[in-house]
Amino acid sequence: MADGGDEPDEAELHEEQKKEIAKWFLAHAPAGEIQYVAKDVKSLLGDDRVYEMAASEAFPVYNKAHLVALEMLDRSGNVIITKFGEIDESNYLDPRTAQVATVDHVQQVCSNLRPATDEELPSFYIEGFRTALDAELCKYVDDTYPKLTCAVYCTEGKDVEGPGASFEFSVVISTARHSPQNFCNGSWRSIWKVEFKDDLQVVELKGSLQVGAHYFEEGNVQLDSKNECNDSTIFQSPEDSAISIMNMIRQHEMEYLSSLEASYLNLSDATFKVVIALPYCLCLISQKLPITRTLFPWQNTLQFSLTKDISKELGIGNHSSSFSSVFIYAKVVDMFED
Amino acid sequence: MEAAMDLMRRMPPRESEMALSALLTLLPEQSSDLLSQVDLPLQVIRDLDASKEFILCEYNRDADSYRSPWSNKYHPPLEDGSLPSNELRKLEVEANDIFAIYRDQYYEGGVSSVYMWEDDNQGFVACFLIKKDGSKTGHGRRGYLQEGAWDAIHVIEVGLEEEGTAHYCLTSTVMLSMTTDNKQSGTFNLSGSIRRQMILDLPIADGHLCNMGKMIEEMEGKLRNSLDQVYFGKTREMVCTLRPPAEGVQLGLPPN
Repeated sequence: MADGGDEPDEAELHEEQKKEIAKWFLAHAPAGEIQYVAKDVKSLLGDDRVYEMAASEAFPVYNKAHLVALEMLDRSGNVIITKFGEIDESNYLDPRTAQVATVDHVQQVCSNLRPATDEELPSFYIEGFRTALDAELCKYVDDTYPKLTCAVYCTEGKDVEGPGASFEFSVVISTARHSPQNFCNGSWRSIWKVEFKDDLQVVELKGSLQVGAHYFEEGNVQLDSKNECNDSTIFQSPEDSAISIMNMIRQHEMEYLSSLEASYLNLSDATFKVVIALPYCLCLISQKLPITRTLFPWQNTLQFSLTKDISKELGIGNHSSSFSSVFIYAKVVDMFED
Repeated sequence: MEAAMDLMRRMPPRESEMALSALLTLLPEQSSDLLSQVDLPLQVIRDLDASKEFILCEYNRDADSYRSPWSNKYHPPLEDGSLPSNELRKLEVEANDIFAIYRDQYYEGGVSSVYMWEDDNQGFVACFLIKKDGSKTGHGRRGYLQEGAWDAIHVIEVGLEEEGTAHYCLTSTVMLSMTTDNKQSGTFNLSGSIRRQMILDLPIADGHLCNMGKMIEEMEGKLRNSLDQVYFGKTREMVCTLRPPAEGVQLGLPPN
């Protein structure tokens, strides 16, 4: 420990360090678990002031990264916390209802609601494309899963008044499922950047998809999967563009779901084949037993000293040659069984 | 401590080292509890005297050195590192030999180590460790996985012998981490750990090794089944709840 003169500095550094650690834990909370993590962190820190500083910095980042959806005060739907709709740190636009919600990041609730101003909304021309895409998106979401929250934001060129200029939308689809009583949580997030390129008369699509799941009964198992994809189509009327864009999104998301399923099958297979053992795999068919097709003969440890002796006699006493020892061991078992 | 363990249950398993070091910084006075209760992926080093690899863990650590089960020497060398009694060391040597054969049969490769030490209640504790690297660069011969690691930790507390039986308390942890990465399906990582306990009173006529070995073998069987249910069943079930697959897409819920 340093002597008296350095103490204030050390205490300060310590406080800064504590805050950084608290932020690290909050940032790494699985989907839907930040409030639980916050409770733990608060009790570990034992310093509410440091905790509050950390929380006020970490929650907004987490809420945006996880595309947290909060119910708006008038119950007209959910507003998604995302950089695409961010007016300032605590105000977020809901483009569907053209409202701006004030959110309390740490409590994860909306505290106020007001109509969006004209400056905050896109031009009439852009809004035509946006609402058409939003309508198709809602249809898609209703078909796939009604609990998904989705929105279409204009993220580039919202003041374009008519043909002749490019603009860009961001489509956000998010859902989280929490079932703490089953020790299981999960989230789906997809973000599609849709660029309407006026000069080339094409619409380019870039998607990033992310799925997470956490199971924590008597353990801690987490799935973390991400994928990116691209596609493009021709620039058409608002309605036709919306339909072809949503067809591409639907197609890619379905493919991703199928690839997840394939990964599960491959991994399950690989785990039991590669990670655990090939013999074990054979054993799956034959009653989960090792090569010798019997349980390991723990009671006959004499055999192992025999194994050693035979190995020595044969001049292969070095145990690093595991194959020979298994081979000999199998021989010894045969001898005993005969 | 409760809050610390709850955090460890929630942090991404891939970040467990970082999470533990953060907890150690916050709770320096609880460091020995934390180190013994939090399991991290196992590390392996080579015992140059015996030309064999051995596994590092809390149970063979003294200061910054680790004792090899093969040569009984500390790496890097440590003057007065603690050693098990001669009698227990004999059992440890035997356990290492047998467990290596067991490991080779069930795992076909990998590294194993067994450590034993006297506890305060006139009994002893044994720790059986298995590490297998199933990645492309490791023991995985087929290269299915970008990264695949299996670590098993079995700690058995052996209680005082009474009327010909001994009390065995086994706590097993398996940590499994798998990653695949390809253009078409992106990255896919499943990782985590599960822990189970088994307590038995067994006659010591067959010897401690036999009793401990049978318990571990039975436990590993149970853990493999749980892994299948938990890793591949529960997380997949969650994905299906998030996005129920449309008809025609093969993403069925597992039976039950």
